[in-house]
Amino acid sequence: MLQKKEISNKEMVEDTFTLIESNKHLNAFVTLNKEVSLKKAENLDNNPSNLPLAGIPIAQKDLFCTKDLRTTCGSNMLSNFIPPYSATVIENLESAGCISIGKTNMDEFAMGSSNETSFFGNVENPWGEGLVPGGSSGGSASAVAAGIVAAASGTDTGGSIRQPASLCGITGLKPTYGRISRWGMIAFASSLDQAGPMARTAEDCALMLNEMCSHDPKDTTSLDENIPDFTQNLNSSIKGMKIGLVKEFDLSKLDNDVVKVFEESKRHYESLGAEFIEISLPNISLSVPTYYVVAPAECSSNLSRFDGVKFGRRCENPKDLEDLYVRSRSEGFGDEVKRRILIGSYVLSAGFYDAYYKKAQQVRRLIKNDFVSAFEKVDVIMSPTTRGTAFKAGSMGSDPIQMYLEDLFTIPANLAGLPAMSVPNGIVDNKPVGMQLIGNFLEESKILQAAHSFQTSTDWHLKTPNGDIS
Amino acid sequence: MTWQTVIGLEIHVQLSTKSKLFSGASTGFGAEPNTHVDLVDMGLPGVLPVPNKDAFLKAIRFGLATNAEINQVSSFDRKNYFYPDLPKGYQITQMAMPIVGKGSIKIFANGEEKIINITRAHLEEDAGKSVHDLFEGETGIDLNRAGTPLLEIVSEPEIANAKEAVAYFKAIRQIVTFLDICDGVMAEGSMRCDVNVSMKKVDDSELGTRAEIKNINSFKFIERAIAFEIDRQTKILESGGSVAQETRLYDSVKNETRSMRSKEEANDYRYFPEPDLLPVVISDKELEEIRSSLPELPEQKEKRYINEVKLEASEARIIASSKTMANMFEEACLKTDDSSLVARWLVGEVSALLNKDNIEIDESNLTSNNFAVLIGRISDKTISGKIAKSVLEEIWESGDGVDAIIKDKGLVQIQDESLLESIAKKIVEDNPGQVNAYKGGKDRLFGFFVGQVMKETQGKANPQSVNEILKKLLK
Repeated sequence: MLQKKEISNKEMVEDTFTLIESNKHLNAFVTLNKEVSLKKAENLDNNPSNLPLAGIPIAQKDLFCTKDLRTTCGSNMLSNFIPPYSATVIENLESAGCISIGKTNMDEFAMGSSNETSFFGNVENPWGEGLVPGGSSGGSASAVAAGIVAAASGTDTGGSIRQPASLCGITGLKPTYGRISRWGMIAFASSLDQAGPMARTAEDCALMLNEMCSHDPKDTTSLDENIPDFTQNLNSSIKGMKIGLVKEFDLSKLDNDVVKVFEESKRHYESLGAEFIEISLPNISLSVPTYYVVAPAECSSNLSRFDGVKFGRRCENPKDLEDLYVRSRSEGFGDEVKRRILIGSYVLSAGFYDAYYKKAQQVRRLIKNDFVSAFEKVDVIMSPTTRGTAFKAGSMGSDPIQMYLEDLFTIPANLAGLPAMSVPNGIVDNKPVGMQLIGNFLEESKILQAAHSFQTSTDWHLKTPNGDIS
Repeated sequence: MTWQTVIGLEIHVQLSTKSKLFSGASTGFGAEPNTHVDLVDMGLPGVLPVPNKDAFLKAIRFGLATNAEINQVSSFDRKNYFYPDLPKGYQITQMAMPIVGKGSIKIFANGEEKIINITRAHLEEDAGKSVHDLFEGETGIDLNRAGTPLLEIVSEPEIANAKEAVAYFKAIRQIVTFLDICDGVMAEGSMRCDVNVSMKKVDDSELGTRAEIKNINSFKFIERAIAFEIDRQTKILESGGSVAQETRLYDSVKNETRSMRSKEEANDYRYFPEPDLLPVVISDKELEEIRSSLPELPEQKEKRYINEVKLEASEARIIASSKTMANMFEEACLKTDDSSLVARWLVGEVSALLNKDNIEIDESNLTSNNFAVLIGRISDKTISGKIAKSVLEEIWESGDGVDAIIKDKGLVQIQDESLLESIAKKIVEDNPGQVNAYKGGKDRLFGFFVGQVMKETQGKANPQSVNEILKKLLK
């Protein structure tokens, strides 16, 4: 999909901005990078380049710092923040020739599963008016689904790439924790955050991933491991591949049609020669509560730097230091962010640390061990990505727990640091459905292979709200 | 009622690494505000810390020198609190797994030796500084110091009084300067300490409630703050009250400690493991390399000076206690034969001058060469001890060479026995009254005759010869 078109780089970038304009109602972008993008395209027209992604317009989630280009993280707190440096992943993509055409809307500080918490307004899912695109990488998902860009960057802390990919009918991959440098990614939960590609196909995700990954000395949690060519195994047969089904995932509570889609995909994989094996992840039911201790704890600390002193929003005429802190943070942060800071501060406080944070970390280790045992028996693990299809904005009501359960299937891979992706595998009520493939540590190639073989023999990934792509 | 004082010290030692603990910015002192600051020190969104290995090596040197356990796997934690000079809203420190575990150090106070146990020593980053006097009605922030590596050394509560506390602080300073891991310059904040003071009845096994006095940066202030605190707490306890657990500040102008915040107002730091950093692992090989590169330490030097160089114990201790003094001693000894004379002069006249000017020996004009020549001229009797003292003073002022000073001022000792005898004879003849009194039993008058000869020769007479000649004449 990212191959060269028979048009100039400049025309391609101009077309992209025309598409952004005609899809303005999606509210997928927070900040555009038009001038710089056009200049880069012109340069490429004058000096053709052999770079692997030369001239490809991509959208960057507004959580990555981009030098001299406003980076808001979907928050009022950073609505005036222009970083003096770029994230490693941005530099990697741009030095591969990509043109960052703009910054995509997102849930504030990546906290949300519907893109309803952004200071810059809800993002629409191109599959239907009033439908959420999922979150937190909702802007990126919506932009790819609408065909504005072929690929976008996202980040995934508990499902923020895979859930919106599923709800928007595109392919999204969260790599192994540490594959992609976190330098320049505005931290939500440091031990869970991981950047990844969102695109139409697994092949495009592989091409993006090739450029996004690097061992970065500026991030000590970045892995010093061999980075393969992720496209290399795409066309290998999956005959004999062992796919695990999680015994503890109770699909009976899901929408009947969604389950039907999942069963069809299983049959399709069987027809390709894959073998299904039931596996057990005994502690998996503890994933959501564990996540909602660990992630808020880390976020409460990570977001302390937004205090109105150095950068970002400062309240007007502070009376004293206390007033400066209280009003800057009260005005700068939205409700969901405040809720998580409160939860996080609570679980870390003296007297509660052992009962919550320490216990959650112990459970996290158990969940990790469950996966280690499971991957002794299978090559990949398959599940639905989400409980259902895209829902209406506002329909989750005021109970945050309902929203938190959106990430039921996606959270375990973050807790265990494993690579996982969402692949479109059906349409229900005119809305896309996705399936999740979880791989073993560092085995992105294997889930990409499984996804690619599915996509070369089905056309769910080619369906768009505007009809099928040929 | 007798109350027993219990003191524990937390000493913050600024490690002399070139760059900061988690960034590449310089640690240099005294630069323009916010010039030694990079993205990480500012705590910009998206930045990540990368530990400075050199800080670990230096911390380990300290650990090995204090016979401490070294934790080859250590990790960082976040200490969360809001303050304008703390850019991230948390300090990265080592709570659960510090690099250095239990150790000990020997101190010398109130005329005796004592071992003080060290609980732990951990790495952490320093904060920046709030600047209150640059902008009218506003506070500025200088982040130059933010991220500077600190080694926080925590003692057991085993220090019994102010003198011991100062001796302990001095012993730590001695070790870190010998190890070359800290410059020890207190005026630039290279070493600061928090002092915990509590009182208990002598028989009580439980410690009393403590007050913590924050951020003291001189020996004198440590002593005074403790003295004030002991007095304050004793008065409270004597009158039947109880000491509040609180953090106090020492005001050196008023010489008092004042409450800063009570236990109830204390921060809940919400410590948790720093998720941006993996545990730091030190291999056996690295540890051995550090061990084999350790210099000779004060205690070892002291022993060697006593056993091999045959110095007096008190001289050995004083010389070994300061790196610059020990260097001077060892270099001068290489250039002369009389080690004990070198020692006596260092501990005596040289130390007196150092104390007077309140400087270290390497800040003075005295070089080991010049010092060795001076000792040589005393040994070979070119000059007397008294003249040598004035030569030393001259060196102190001008830095000129010993022989040049002796020559210019004509200070060469008069050895000529017949010349000395004729001068002595004349003095004996001129003072018949004193001679009679002396012969009548007033022994102390002998000094009078020596003094007169010295006066006549402007101090240049060889005192030993003068003694012998006078004894003969006055028999």
